[in-house]
Amino acid sequence: MHRGKGMKFVGDSRISAERKTFIPKDYSEYPGKTEAFWPNFLLKEWMVGAVFLVGFLCLTIAHEPPLEKIADPSDTAYIPLPDWYFLFLYQLLKYTYASGPYNVIGAFIIPGLVFGALALAPFIDRGPERRPSKRPFATGFMILALAGVTFLTWESVAHHDWEAAAEQGKIVADAEVDTEAEGYKLMEANTCLTCHGNELQGGAGAPALIDVELSPEEIKDVIHNGRGAMPGGIFTGSDEELDKVVEFIDSIESE
Amino acid sequence: MFNKIYDWVDERLDITPIWRDIADHEVPEHVNPAHHFSAFVYCFGGLTFFVTVIQILSGMFLTMYYVPDIKNAWESVYYLQNHVAFGQIVRGMHHWGASLVIVMMFLHTLRVFFQGAYKKPRELNWLVGVGIFFVMLALGLTGYLLPWDMKALFATKVTIQIVESTPFIGEMLKTLIAGDASIVGAQTITRFFAIHVFFLPAVLFGLMAAHFIMIRKQGISGPL
Repeated sequence: MHRGKGMKFVGDSRISAERKTFIPKDYSEYPGKTEAFWPNFLLKEWMVGAVFLVGFLCLTIAHEPPLEKIADPSDTAYIPLPDWYFLFLYQLLKYTYASGPYNVIGAFIIPGLVFGALALAPFIDRGPERRPSKRPFATGFMILALAGVTFLTWESVAHHDWEAAAEQGKIVADAEVDTEAEGYKLMEANTCLTCHGNELQGGAGAPALIDVELSPEEIKDVIHNGRGAMPGGIFTGSDEELDKVVEFIDSIESE
Repeated sequence: MFNKIYDWVDERLDITPIWRDIADHEVPEHVNPAHHFSAFVYCFGGLTFFVTVIQILSGMFLTMYYVPDIKNAWESVYYLQNHVAFGQIVRGMHHWGASLVIVMMFLHTLRVFFQGAYKKPRELNWLVGVGIFFVMLALGLTGYLLPWDMKALFATKVTIQIVESTPFIGEMLKTLIAGDASIVGAQTITRFFAIHVFFLPAVLFGLMAAHFIMIRKQGISGPL
C-alpha cells in the first residue's frame, strides 16, 4: 500500500486517484494442478449447481408437497409425527428409561451428550492425525452415533401406522349436516358419531361419511357386519331405524 | 457501455479490490472433481449453501401469499398450492428444500469429521458450523407449524411438551415460544412465524458470513 507524501485522491474522498492494475495471480508455481477460482473453477461449480437444480425441480414436480386438513385441536385421537430428521429423538423418548419420570435423560442428557461431543470434537480429538483409520476413537464413536441414529429412525418408521396416519389427516370436503334430522339423532344414540365425528368428518380411527360411494345395501352390510377397525353390531335399533340411518348417510354430499 | 459505467463507479468507490479479493484465490488440485472424481465430497458444503439460497428465495415468494393466523394460514397455503400459478412448485421447493438442506449439511459434516478437517487451526469454524446445524434444525422445527394443518399442530404440541419438561426454566421457555402458558394457538403461530422468518435467518446469515470469512482466511484444509 502506498503511504506518505505525494498521495492523490479523488476529490475530497479517501479513494486513491492512482489506478492499480489487477493481474490474476499465476498459479503455475503452486503444487499440483491448482487452478484459479475465478472464472475457471466457478464455471464448473455453476454446472454442478445447474445439474443439481434440474434434479431438484424434477423432485418438486413429481411430488406435491403434503398438506393435511386444517388444524383441529379437538381431535384427541390424532397420532403426531415430526419431520423425518427428528424421528430419532422422537423415538428415543418412547423408551422406558428415557420417558415419563426419566424424561430428563431422554430429552436432555442423551441428546446433550451426543451433540455436545459433536460440537467439542476438535477439543476432544486433538492429535495431529487426520486419517480416519489413525483416529480409531473419533471414527468409532461417530460410526456408533450414526448407527444409533439410523436404528432409532428405523424403529420409529417401523412402529408408525402409516395407513392410519394418511387417513387421519386427509382433507375432507365440507358438507351441510342436518343435526336435527332423525337419521342424525339415531347415529348419535348408537354412538356412530363417537368415531365418525359430529360433522361426519371422520377421525383417526374411522373414515368420513361424506360422499360415501357405497350403495344403500352395501352401507347396510357394513353396519351389520363391520369393516376394517369397525366391528359389526354396534347399531342396536330396529330395521326401520336402520333404513333411516342408511338414507341419511346416503344423502350427505359435499358442497 | 458496461465498462464505462463500471469505470465511472470504480473511480469514485474503488470497488475492484472488493470483488477481486473474493474472486482471486486458488483451488487446489485435491478438491477439484475435474482432477480427482472422489473430490465430489467437497461439493456438499457448497450445495448446502445453494439449497439455502433456494430456501431464502422460495420463502420470500411464499410470504407473498402466506398469512400467519389460525384461520387464514391453512387457507392461504391451500390457495397457494391449488389456485396460484406455479404455487405448488414454489411451496414444493421450500418443503423439499428443507429436507435437502438437512441431507447436504449432514453429508458436509461427515466429510469434515472423517477427514479430520476440524483440527487446529480450524476449531472455531467447526463450532460455527455446528451452530449453523442447530439453526437449521430450529428452522425446520418452526417451519413445520406454519401451514397449520393437523400434523403441524400436533407435532408442535409435542415439541412444546418437550420444551416444558426442561428442568427449572421449562414453564418460562414454554410461554416464551408458545406465547401462552396453556394455549397453542394464535400467539404461537405468530411467534413461530417471526422466529422462522426474522430471528433465525438473521442468526443464520451472521453464522454463514463467519463460516465463509474463516474459510477464505485460512484456506481449505490440505489433502489427507
